[in-house]
Amino acid sequence: MIYRETGQFKTSYGADQAIFPIAQDRIGMLIIMALAFVAIPLTASDYWLTTILLPLVIYGLAALGLNILTGYAGQLSLGTGGFMACGAFAAYKLSTAFPELHVLVVFALSGLITAAVGMLFGLPSLRIKGFYLAVATLAAQFFLLWLFNKVPWFTNYSASGVISAPPLAIWGETYVTGFEATPRAKYLFALSIVTVMALAAKNMTRLKIGRAWRAIRDMDIAAEIMGIRPLATKLSAFAVSSFYCGVAGALWAFAYTGAVEALAFDINVSFRILFMIIIGGLGSILGSFLGAAFIVLLPIFLNNALLAMGMAEAVALASHLEFMIMGALIIFFLIVEPHGLARLWQIGKEKLRKWPFPY
Amino acid sequence: METLSAVLVEPFVAIAEAPMFFFEVLIGGLLSGVMYALVALGFVLIFKASGVFNFAQGAMVLFAALFFVGFIDLGWPIWLSLIVTILVMILLALAIERVVLRPLVNQDPIILFMATIGITFFLDGFGQTLWGSDVRRLDIGIPEDPLIIAGLYINQFDIYAAVICGLLVLGLALFFQYTPTGRALRAVADDHQAAMSIGIPLNVIWAIVWTVAGIVGLVAGIMWGAKLGVQFNLALIALKALPVLILGGFTSVPGAIVGGLIIGAGEKVAEVFWGEVLGGAIEDWFAYMLAMVFLLFRPQGLFGEKIIERV
Repeated sequence: MIYRETGQFKTSYGADQAIFPIAQDRIGMLIIMALAFVAIPLTASDYWLTTILLPLVIYGLAALGLNILTGYAGQLSLGTGGFMACGAFAAYKLSTAFPELHVLVVFALSGLITAAVGMLFGLPSLRIKGFYLAVATLAAQFFLLWLFNKVPWFTNYSASGVISAPPLAIWGETYVTGFEATPRAKYLFALSIVTVMALAAKNMTRLKIGRAWRAIRDMDIAAEIMGIRPLATKLSAFAVSSFYCGVAGALWAFAYTGAVEALAFDINVSFRILFMIIIGGLGSILGSFLGAAFIVLLPIFLNNALLAMGMAEAVALASHLEFMIMGALIIFFLIVEPHGLARLWQIGKEKLRKWPFPY
Repeated sequence: METLSAVLVEPFVAIAEAPMFFFEVLIGGLLSGVMYALVALGFVLIFKASGVFNFAQGAMVLFAALFFVGFIDLGWPIWLSLIVTILVMILLALAIERVVLRPLVNQDPIILFMATIGITFFLDGFGQTLWGSDVRRLDIGIPEDPLIIAGLYINQFDIYAAVICGLLVLGLALFFQYTPTGRALRAVADDHQAAMSIGIPLNVIWAIVWTVAGIVGLVAGIMWGAKLGVQFNLALIALKALPVLILGGFTSVPGAIVGGLIIGAGEKVAEVFWGEVLGGAIEDWFAYMLAMVFLLFRPQGLFGEKIIERV
């Protein structure tokens, strides 16, 4: 009854191509933005901001990056963690070598460096497809982590290999990274970057380049015959995806953990992000964030549920049970809706349009 | 210049100076490659028959090994534990077929792949909830002292492993070649629809394939468990089996064996002779790099079926 496009006429091409063509969607989006930017920072506790919302936002960005590569361009990748580590270490090297650089410049440059690395590891994608490619990207994952672990230059010859991220200010004395930064500042900083990049991703997928990605995904040979250059398209997908992952990795190290270490980006991170996009929905911007929310919140929820049931003593048992329930839930979700939470949302919207009179 | 010489010249000099040592390393690598091949074999069986990229093979290895060692620790004799564990693996295969595969029939390969990752989580959690996460020693009476053959020191255990693996492959080959079930399995692997049209029940075949993969996993789990102790790390050797797979091709049993040997030998030789120059612990990624470079020249793997694409 409320959610209905009746009476909304599009009188220009601009209106026809809007991201949210329906007024209710625009209002809904504005409300969500207002909640995320104003209400949450004002009300949420530091605990919520640092342990739940910050990783959620950053994971969302990484999932978005992988979704561009896997969901839109169809190139299965298990190297996300490696690319995130690349972004984190690039940001660390840049900010220590050139302390006068602005934080946004540091992040953008580290994203670009990661994009270059991603293109390098994307080269085999021209010949290797499907699961073979997934295994080939594992080479990126293991090689990059090994590189950052073993070559002391990356850690500025620090003895322990664990280094704390230098504090960087967005303006004046308002620090957004390092230990001086308040959780609120870090959250708002991460959220702003993610919002801008999500908007850019949404638009990219609607442009020529996004259509080329989808053509390559659906059938690369047919796309090639239609005049889409596979090398340029696949490499651009790798570059854009790695850019996103690199920025996410830099945010993770600088804003979330405050320490730059290779171990934080191991193979499990790659898998977790792959879960996010599959649970959230392949080829959907919204899905990346829904999936990230699901995967970040689920263990916390399970933990609290187990605590409430009085299983706090057996920590090991609880973590095993958590694994089990997580696995079972993944299977359950795949069976119920293989196209992810984004599709469920789509179905819900269709239902809502006809509610309460479906005929 | 010095680094170049350290990478390109000195290792070969070292090899030429001590050929016996090189052969020892090589044989050690080949024999540990057999262990990788054992894990890769389970992958290949399932991929051939159902087109599912079974990421859970590593978890099945751990799961089977946990049950086996758990029964032995209860004081049961080895043969009884073996039989009961095989029964458990059969039950597991039936459950996976019924609960996971059947509802997901005809979905994209990536969805099925994700489902097997879900199975991985579940099995890791379930096995450790039941049996705990301590490292358990598994002693099945295989001697581990080195043996001297033609002047080379070779670990006796590795030889036993190779023999057992050979017997297993031989058994599988005979099973596939000469039994009606094996024929049905090959038919399904060739063409699902054609197999269905002549009355081969896909569901039953899938359950059988997962059972066989489970038993292969059990053998791998016992061998790895006897070598390293039964612990969570066993689930991670599945990751090592992946480069083996792409080297050999997803659909080829001989490919899994040869790929395992190449990866095992290449990895050991690289670690021993090149590891120091490059900073050590290159075993972590060497196999993947080797496989990736290899794939650039042969995208379908060593023995994989030629990929024919139609529009």
